[in-house]
Amino acid sequence: MRQYLLSLPRLSGLSLAAIAPVLLGGCSDLVVLDPAGDVAQQQGDLVIISTLLMLIIIIPVIALTLFFAWKYRADNKEARYEPDWDHSTQLELVIWAAPLLIIICLGALTWVGTHLLDPYRPLARTEPGVAVSQDEKPLEVQVVALDWKWLFIYPEQGIATVNEFAAPMDRPVSFRITGASVMNSFYIPAMAGQIYSMPGMETKLNAVFNKPGDFVGFSANYSGHGFSDMRFAAKSLTDDEFTNWVAKAKASGETLDRKTYLELEKPSEKEPVHLYASADPELFDAIVNMCVEPGKMCMHQQMAIDDRGGMGLAGLQKTDDLVYDKTAARGTGAPADWSKPISVCLAPEKANMPGARPGDAPVALDRLNGLGLPRKTGIAPSSSSDALLSAAAETVSAPTRSNP
Amino acid sequence: MAPQSAPPYSPIFGRLSLDALPLHEPILVATFCAVAIGGIAVVALLTKFRLWGYLWNEWFTTVDHKKIGIMYMILGLIMFLRGFADAIMMRLQQALAFNGSEGYLPAHHYDQVFTAHGVIMIFFVAMPFITGFMNYIVPLQIGARDVSFPFLNNFSFWMTTSGAILVMASLFIGEFAQTGWLAYPPLSGIAYSPNVGVDYYIWSLQIAGVGTTLSGINLICTILKMRAPGMGLMKMPVFTWTSLCANILIVASFPVLTAVLVLLGLDRYAHTDFFTNDFGGNAMMYVNLIWIWGHPEVYILILPLFGVFSEITATFSGKRLFGYTSMVYATVCITILSYLVWLHHFFTMGSGASVNSFFGITTMVISIPTGAKLFNWLFTMYRGRIRFDLPMMWTVAFMVTFTIGGMTGVMLAVPPADFVLHNSLFLIAHFHNVIIGGVLFGSFAAINYWWPKAFGFKLNEFWGKVSFWCWLPGFYLAFMPLYVLGLMGVTRRMRVFDDPSLHIWFIIAGLGAVVIAAGIGAMLIQFAVSIWKREELKDETGDPWNGRTLEWATSSPPPDYNFAFTPKIHSLDAWYEIKHRHVARPTEGFRPIHMPSNTGAGIILAGISLVMGFALVWHIWWLAIGGFAALIVTAIAHTFNYKRDYHIPVEEVEATEAERTQQLAAAGA
Repeated sequence: MRQYLLSLPRLSGLSLAAIAPVLLGGCSDLVVLDPAGDVAQQQGDLVIISTLLMLIIIIPVIALTLFFAWKYRADNKEARYEPDWDHSTQLELVIWAAPLLIIICLGALTWVGTHLLDPYRPLARTEPGVAVSQDEKPLEVQVVALDWKWLFIYPEQGIATVNEFAAPMDRPVSFRITGASVMNSFYIPAMAGQIYSMPGMETKLNAVFNKPGDFVGFSANYSGHGFSDMRFAAKSLTDDEFTNWVAKAKASGETLDRKTYLELEKPSEKEPVHLYASADPELFDAIVNMCVEPGKMCMHQQMAIDDRGGMGLAGLQKTDDLVYDKTAARGTGAPADWSKPISVCLAPEKANMPGARPGDAPVALDRLNGLGLPRKTGIAPSSSSDALLSAAAETVSAPTRSNP
Repeated sequence: MAPQSAPPYSPIFGRLSLDALPLHEPILVATFCAVAIGGIAVVALLTKFRLWGYLWNEWFTTVDHKKIGIMYMILGLIMFLRGFADAIMMRLQQALAFNGSEGYLPAHHYDQVFTAHGVIMIFFVAMPFITGFMNYIVPLQIGARDVSFPFLNNFSFWMTTSGAILVMASLFIGEFAQTGWLAYPPLSGIAYSPNVGVDYYIWSLQIAGVGTTLSGINLICTILKMRAPGMGLMKMPVFTWTSLCANILIVASFPVLTAVLVLLGLDRYAHTDFFTNDFGGNAMMYVNLIWIWGHPEVYILILPLFGVFSEITATFSGKRLFGYTSMVYATVCITILSYLVWLHHFFTMGSGASVNSFFGITTMVISIPTGAKLFNWLFTMYRGRIRFDLPMMWTVAFMVTFTIGGMTGVMLAVPPADFVLHNSLFLIAHFHNVIIGGVLFGSFAAINYWWPKAFGFKLNEFWGKVSFWCWLPGFYLAFMPLYVLGLMGVTRRMRVFDDPSLHIWFIIAGLGAVVIAAGIGAMLIQFAVSIWKREELKDETGDPWNGRTLEWATSSPPPDYNFAFTPKIHSLDAWYEIKHRHVARPTEGFRPIHMPSNTGAGIILAGISLVMGFALVWHIWWLAIGGFAALIVTAIAHTFNYKRDYHIPVEEVEATEAERTQQLAAAGA
């Protein structure tokens, strides 16, 4: 139930939802403005509210341009002509101050909105007015962008799927995202904004579905020849339907282990939906650390070694372990050598993998009212500099994503 | 599609073999035939009319900033036709590839088309256009006889041209990159793009980048050191100001592009691992670096055109420019701020909320000086007498269109909004909205405005209006549907679609592209008709628009030496002032004029660079090493060329000026 104080975004969203069909000749597929998830809804609202804010200045400018162009046309000898008039302090003040004021409003909105809708933060609410309770664990879904399909691993359910994603409605979903070869962008427009998936790195996204339905997700970052068909079904299900869906996957009887994964990883296009009854629980961490293939050193191990000063000259003899793609990419390399030892990624979180951001916690709901963002005694540190500071206090140094 | 594999290698031809010719692609074969027939016809005509000597002596080896400016424009125009052909192919593919159809372009070809479209339009259309304008106009506006380093100017032009030729060569020999116009790794790394496409990309941009950087240095020196006496910085015409800022941006940002492409090149050639997945390389560094160049780049493109609009608005409103000082400060603000916003191109890479907000807000802040500029143009029109000649029509079209593009740009600067719009067709619509609405409309305004200066006759009004009235609705028809599609969640660079409800929008966009094509056709007809009827359109005065800045003080086209006497400047609108006070044009007391001599060194060096670039693309190492040696030797040999300058004898100056006196008398009568 959307029973909370009438906010500007909601109002404007409603008004645009009313105007849009008229403007667009009955086109009602503007999924970005009318999505099925609370996060995407807030992001879409921001699109609208920033537009409205700017229209305050855009409309007069366009109108004045056309009006002046018409009024002061050379034919119109009635209009005043002042060829030497070129300065007016008052006018100058207005033309700098008016955009400045709009930008101050928009800047404040940006600061608050960006922090509230930081994709890394666990959700504080699933819908306007419906807070997420402390003990409710989000559904974790591990996402791997492959050439050119999507792999989803559900550690809680133990299943995995290719090119089909499903989530129960109104339960927060916490995505952990990575890629196997090149950059992609994980995007389900109906659910939440996108975030890049990158090899050797983990990105995060928190989102929720509020309406049932069959939606689509895809890669929003060009990744090669099969990119156009790198799409997957995104289903928003009721709890019962979700249980059935999991049961269906369980019934498939297939297992996603490292060997199957390395086969799956090879480039393919228009991959049909595939369900796996079980998945190697360490697979995702191994993918992030690029050590699924036997004989490859996990990145976090190398990072831990580097952290202690590296291996010196001995490191030069270890290079094969660190060659993760080169010509082996996209299925042209030699098959994996299973006689080599398989790296086991033990507790990679202890090594502070790229993507880890200590100190993430939901934003308190009162923040929605725009109350004091950085508070010394607040529940959660709201800026990542705070997060970095708290990380620095810990013993392990923390390489964070954007500051490699 | 078979996985890409590295091609075989021979010591003599490197990776080059007959397989590199795209004989299996009928579209390319047909294009090649057309280009070959056209090329042979041009060569035959030039030979028949014995024009080779003329071209070599008067144009290819020229150090005259005016001729080099014109050559830049011709380069930009030719590449524009290529870039637009790519655009039409994309629109056609996207309009066809519905309901299970694969369209007519396979991924291998389509992916090259959109990459080439972006690269060509930015580096080889927009950049030559603005460099051309700056080259031609800046020395005239500041009362100089040429740029600071005339030989360097010629060399820069030919380096840009060599880069363009290398891109064009990729069409028929081998392939171009299939990575998108910024070639993000790891996709552009050797592991995922083992063939020559990305190498063509790297070397064409590196060669052209040398030209761009040197031309930036050249123009900064020219503006700072060669202004006519009395022209303080705050008496410089706005176009010169914006050119100065654009060139400062070029000099500060192009080395970053060069460096990042060197790193990518090292990854590909020397198996270093800056941006690979192996050995702890990190592609995010590339993305940051390329945008540290990339964002200033868009201001490099738009700033000079802001100057053009300022000149045109003041001239055609018959008024002084409103708020000159705030215009200058706005330009400087934009120059500085353009370095603080690059991260807004990848909010979705996962930076923290504070970092994203910072870059979002700095981006919005840029809209303040930009908005101030718009208001300044608006109040220049206010209480003016606006003549709606073609340059002014383009200017009004710009003001409306660019405002819309600016608004959608600020929307994209709000990080949470960007999460849903990033990489979507909304983004595509936005930057075409500002680049077409700003850079292209500005270029068309500038061409119509300064053509009479360059050639001595105005452009045909009728065909110019036809072109305008095709371009303007054509643009809206082609790009407004993309905004809608973006809000429908459609992403960029898609080759096929499975949602039939999108189809209609792509058809409308395709129709828009056809209308734009008509506009381009009308423009070419405009040029042809104008040249045909040049006697009727002749302008004897040298000042057809009742201009305000110094370039209009000379004859059209200006003599080689621009000004027989260096003018003394007392106020901002120098030429307006001279006209207003009825300052008499000096007709005696001439002296011999010291001028730089033509030299073939520029075109030879650039030619060798082209061969070297080609050799590097194909791993023909002996040729690359030989080319490098030849470059060094030629450059050293050039330093022994002592015939660098000459004096135009006083008789010749007197004769030219006397002719001008008669011309003016005739025009006045």
